[in-house]
Amino acid sequence: MTSLKPMRSIGVTFFAAMLGLLFVAGFVTPASAQDEPAVGPKPPVPFRNTESHVGDITGHSADGKLPYRRYCAGCHGDYGDANGENAVWLDPKPRDFTIATFKCRSTLTGTLPTDQDLFNTIGRGLTNSNMPIWNTFSKQERADLVAYIKIFSPRWEKEKAGVPITVPAEPPVTLESISHGQALFAKLECWKCHGLHGEGDGPSASTLTDSKDNPIRPFNFAAAGNDSRFKCGSTNQDIYKIFMTGVDGTPMPSFADVIQPNDAWDLVHFLRTLQVHRKSRENDILMAAHGVIPPYVEKKTGSLAPAASANEKVPGGGQ
Amino acid sequence: MRMWAQSHLCQKQRHVISVLAAAFACMFLVLCASQSASALPAFARKYGLRCSACHESWPALNNFGLKFRDNGYQLMNDRDAPIWQNPGYWPITFRITPIWHRVSSTQNVDVYGPNGEGGYGITGTTIQRITSAGFDLSGLDFHTGGTLEKNISFYVLPSSDPTGAFHFESVNARLDNIGNSPWLNIRLGRFELNNLLSEKRTLWLTGNGGIYQTYHFIPVNDGNIFGQMGDNQFGLEYMGHSVDDKTRVSASLLSSNDGNVNLTTGSNSYSGFFTFDQAFDTGKLGMQRVGVYSFAGEAATYYRTLGGAPIPGSGIGNKGFSRVGFYGQFYFGPHFDLNVVTQHGEDNAWFGQGYGNAVATDGNGGTTCAGPAGSPGCPPNNTPGSTLPTGSRAPTWNGYTFEARYVYSPQLILKAVYEAERMSQQATPGTAGNLGNINNYSIGFRYNPFMTSRAGFAYFGEFNEFQQIGTGPSNSLGNATNTSTSELLFGMDFDF
Repeated sequence: MTSLKPMRSIGVTFFAAMLGLLFVAGFVTPASAQDEPAVGPKPPVPFRNTESHVGDITGHSADGKLPYRRYCAGCHGDYGDANGENAVWLDPKPRDFTIATFKCRSTLTGTLPTDQDLFNTIGRGLTNSNMPIWNTFSKQERADLVAYIKIFSPRWEKEKAGVPITVPAEPPVTLESISHGQALFAKLECWKCHGLHGEGDGPSASTLTDSKDNPIRPFNFAAAGNDSRFKCGSTNQDIYKIFMTGVDGTPMPSFADVIQPNDAWDLVHFLRTLQVHRKSRENDILMAAHGVIPPYVEKKTGSLAPAASANEKVPGGGQ
Repeated sequence: MRMWAQSHLCQKQRHVISVLAAAFACMFLVLCASQSASALPAFARKYGLRCSACHESWPALNNFGLKFRDNGYQLMNDRDAPIWQNPGYWPITFRITPIWHRVSSTQNVDVYGPNGEGGYGITGTTIQRITSAGFDLSGLDFHTGGTLEKNISFYVLPSSDPTGAFHFESVNARLDNIGNSPWLNIRLGRFELNNLLSEKRTLWLTGNGGIYQTYHFIPVNDGNIFGQMGDNQFGLEYMGHSVDDKTRVSASLLSSNDGNVNLTTGSNSYSGFFTFDQAFDTGKLGMQRVGVYSFAGEAATYYRTLGGAPIPGSGIGNKGFSRVGFYGQFYFGPHFDLNVVTQHGEDNAWFGQGYGNAVATDGNGGTTCAGPAGSPGCPPNNTPGSTLPTGSRAPTWNGYTFEARYVYSPQLILKAVYEAERMSQQATPGTAGNLGNINNYSIGFRYNPFMTSRAGFAYFGEFNEFQQIGTGPSNSLGNATNTSTSELLFGMDFDF
């Protein structure tokens, strides 16, 4: 019996050694691999303290680091360069924060979005993409994330966010406004990408790419149901903002310099009728007219602004 | 000669140990370096999200994961329906856990003299602490679930014990967002009750720490097995929630059979489980969630018999039971959270005297009670004319569970649990007021060396100490001592 004692002490030593090895290996090797990925670019800028301001909430980049790693880095990458391990599988590709070009803004094309814009995007998610609706976060957590993604691009140090555009009050929906919107849809050549019936199948649709040369599809209005969302919102005001500010990083231009506010609202009303499966005021009015949009007769005063000149912003500009 | 043999043996042992040590070192290093695992957890790979997006630490859900589950395993974007999945996608995840395991408990043992004299039936018994240690294995889980169509989903979990004996831990189908309303979701089958502190997603793996005692507590000699809200139950669940999942409500109609198959218990006994919880945004502290639950039902105490043996499924003579409580999940900043569950339980006096589970089940629909009701191994049967002992009363108790988690990073979590179960009224007057009281402590960690959407892997370690008053081995005076068990685990938890 006593001869077992040395074996027992050897066994205990062995186990202690193995457990020690297990945890040393476990904590040291992978941790270093996690903190310093073997592949992919290095951070373009070192970490710095940035802030965001959303209402009375101030977000801090230091507090955003943990949730960014937990929720965002898998797609957007540890360095915000859209190079997360899942990015290769995603279509469309995740946003590259090092460029600081954002689709959903209340500011003019080519400018930085407001903190509120980014805050809203996180909580709303982006339909037709893998970006989920992160509305389970606390407001503070979302504000911290907004502050954190600013560390990835020097643009946030050099530039200020753009000034939000003013969205005028929406005029009443009428058959005439829908008719005018249809005329604008044709004149502004929206159909070339979105298709004559808004099904995203226009003649240019198959050629479109985003600012990083990834193929991109125009929005299919016709597929929308009652719960439809656009990438940057779901209300008529959101649609107005989308084509008055453009969707930066995509071929969708800003029409702020091309059409007047009342024209923009008419276009909104027409676009709603392309969502044929969606219950809306616009579709109710169109149904009352037996589904026929009368041809628009342009008034002599002309509400269409002159077409954009060659030196004005072009689709995809400001990238 | 003897010394040479000893020396040679030692050299041989050292050689073997060196080889083993080298082999283990290689194994660990290989495992630690295997970061490009090709394994595919079911949901994370579908959506391309890291495990940490839905799990505070896998498998425990965070608020986002809770919303994902409440939506029927959907992110509620345009990528939910199977049409978006690669045709080769198979929504299945395997989970099994190799461990090093040490268990120590007090037990009655036969007394032998130093030379082997005495023994069974001769010298009596004594109480000793028995300690076992070695490499071990958990059971194997096959998690499979996902959407069949937008807003129609399923979950099936065949699960084995460590020997490979399988049962269906979960089987359910769900209809979600009926009428485009997040307030109208139903599921049918065997499922985990809507416990905010989920036992099936627990971070613990020890025998007594891996379940929440508050969810399973039964007074000593009580015959009601049907009020265990930690066990998956058969039934129909309504669940509703706000779009952001801050407000959640559920109501379940359940068979009072503790999730056992083959209708072995009551012929007409049901239970109801109701929950409501609400989350509050408290700024820098985080999202706090509080809620209440109620589990109330009836279960049989009288089984018709043939030859004295209870007939499975014939139970009548229903008696009531209830469990009500509070739960809360409190965040104190991004790193620390505290989960609290309380319970006040009450069983009918008949249950308190051991009636209720006349057809004792083995958890898989089989019976362990071979003889007539009331014979050894078989609970009593409330046959016509049965009476309760004088003074019998409904046993009541209170339970408390506190689980604290410190999330150092999405990869490393430190955790601790304390549970207390306290009898407030024994079924039989004169019984010691603290008989059956439980103290349960656990402490541990989980470390995920990598985070991807392709596989989950964690080093974990935990220690559990379980004590229950008056349910341990009998001492020399024939009095029951306290149950005292400790357990230590280290291992690798992975799913793929």
